[in-house]
Amino acid sequence: MYKYDKYDQSIVDARVDEFREQTARRLAGALTDDQFKPLRLKNGLYLQLHAYMLRVAIPYGTLDSRQMRMLGHIARKYDRGYGHFTTRQNIQYNWIKLEEAPDILADLATVEMHAIQTSGESIRNVSSDQYAGAAADEVCDPRPWAELIRQATTFHPEFSYLPRKFKIAVTAAEEDRAAIRLHDIGLKLVKNAAGELGFQVYVGGGMGRTPFVAPLIKPFLPADNLFSYCEAVLRVWNRWARRDNIHKQRIKILVHEWGAEEFAHQVEEEWQAILPNGSDVPRTELDRIATYFPDPAFETGLSDEIDRSDPDFALWVDQNVVAHKTPGYAIVNISLKPTGGIPGDISADQIDLVADLAERHSFDELRATHAQNLVLPHVRKDALYDIWQILRDNGLAEPNLDLVTDIIACPGLDYCSLANARSIPVAQKIAARFADIGRQRELGELKIKISGCINACGHHHAGHIGILGVDRKGTENYQLLLGGSGAEDASLGKITGPGFDEDGIVDAVERATQVYLRERTEGERFLDTYRRVGMDAFKEAIYG
Amino acid sequence: MKIVTGNDLKTGVVIWWAGDGWSIHVADAVDAGEHAEALAQTEQAALRVNGAYVVDAVATSTGPRPAHIKERIRAIGPTVRPDLNLKPADPAAGNWVI
Repeated sequence: MYKYDKYDQSIVDARVDEFREQTARRLAGALTDDQFKPLRLKNGLYLQLHAYMLRVAIPYGTLDSRQMRMLGHIARKYDRGYGHFTTRQNIQYNWIKLEEAPDILADLATVEMHAIQTSGESIRNVSSDQYAGAAADEVCDPRPWAELIRQATTFHPEFSYLPRKFKIAVTAAEEDRAAIRLHDIGLKLVKNAAGELGFQVYVGGGMGRTPFVAPLIKPFLPADNLFSYCEAVLRVWNRWARRDNIHKQRIKILVHEWGAEEFAHQVEEEWQAILPNGSDVPRTELDRIATYFPDPAFETGLSDEIDRSDPDFALWVDQNVVAHKTPGYAIVNISLKPTGGIPGDISADQIDLVADLAERHSFDELRATHAQNLVLPHVRKDALYDIWQILRDNGLAEPNLDLVTDIIACPGLDYCSLANARSIPVAQKIAARFADIGRQRELGELKIKISGCINACGHHHAGHIGILGVDRKGTENYQLLLGGSGAEDASLGKITGPGFDEDGIVDAVERATQVYLRERTEGERFLDTYRRVGMDAFKEAIYG
Repeated sequence: MKIVTGNDLKTGVVIWWAGDGWSIHVADAVDAGEHAEALAQTEQAALRVNGAYVVDAVATSTGPRPAHIKERIRAIGPTVRPDLNLKPADPAAGNWVI
């Protein structure tokens, strides 16, 4: 894991001191709400329905046990005993007091964490593959590159007042587990025919009220030019963005209006113009950063055998444990989607427990996923049974990864001031309807994603089944979408037709699954069947 | 009726104008009538509330019930965490919201 040097630490500490002073001025009346709002947002502090909400950055989703325990400490001391993992690998606390916010940031700084650039018109936390460094299908560990982008863009003066927020994701595997084509910039590490490392660069993806799948604008960017090229992308957008209309300011609008080819041309010209400035980070600096991400000291000669005699354990292994690049090891997914639970929520005690497991069994590493789950990335297979028992005894062993109950849901109207409808109760009702694990497995991979408003924090556009909550004359109403994907086969879901009430949307989801079961051919997922047979068959069943 | 709400400056908790000060209980809210907007501005300027605004409500036997579900959720707490809302022992609290 990356470790702060004295510069990193001094920057974060100085920011804490600055915010403490700003908060004191606000509490004393020296700053109005309008003056203070942009200052608190620069430190991840929102005002939501019930209280202040603090969003803490987890760079590219990677944590160690010390940091995880701090997240538990914050939940326990400053919040109401729990936190909420988000769809961008961050964690949010829902019940924060303004007068205590500087103390929280100070506590976070002691473990090299902060809430900088988790809000506002800035380059947000860089996200990545939760299996980075462990996946069998990656060309290299993408996290040094993500860390490089984090360092190069944090407090970058040119990118401090962007037209809107800006999100970057980096992966290095064939399977896209970070939804890169739904980011402002999506970067995929690849090797060319000569074996040289470079990036496929996708620009202009995003969700929200105007969703787009990012087009590929640079098939192969030499890896050493990563920063200058990203800088060129940002400069073109910063210059030409529609600042007259908040709904048209994201880069996806510019890419769409110009077309991918023209946008790529403009970026290429800008890139060639700024290349002589030498803004690319020297390879020696990347090498320095990369030294923080070595392979753990994996043991050799370990058995790959797993005793599957306990059927419940075997079920969990089949669903939540995935292949590791090293023989004898596995990647463990910890579901935060128990039936009846709140997607992404985790108690302080559970946080401590996961931290203990990471320390004892995963080389002190764990990951947050954009699907609101957690990962122990490097676990010996002969420890899996012990880990499963501990997780099971603490409500963390739901064997439902990527199944119908592994639902992404934003906080919705239960917490969020932007929301139009509640998301969590819908997720809970769907999970209850499909609670039988045999039924879930029969349905196979089926990703349901629920947003409580058009801003799409619940990624409804990218759900195999997406649900969007809207306000219809003061009443919650839910639109159904089919056919979205945030993976390497990225696509945007299409609305089926008129919306439903809370119970009706659950029935509609169930009817869609019945069409799938009726129509599927061998090996087809729900998404595959939808793409093959089209919308009409589903509409007929849903509204028939 | 028009009632005034906002968030406490220090803690962020939801508060309602109760006539002679602010209350965390919407049942204490009073009809601010035509003075509601001015009241919200005055109280905000005096740093007694953050982001004050006026909402429509209906008078009931148990006090004002905000017209919009968002304000009712603000008044009680998240519907999915009854243990954390203002009436954790009241099984009817959810019905009041919905």
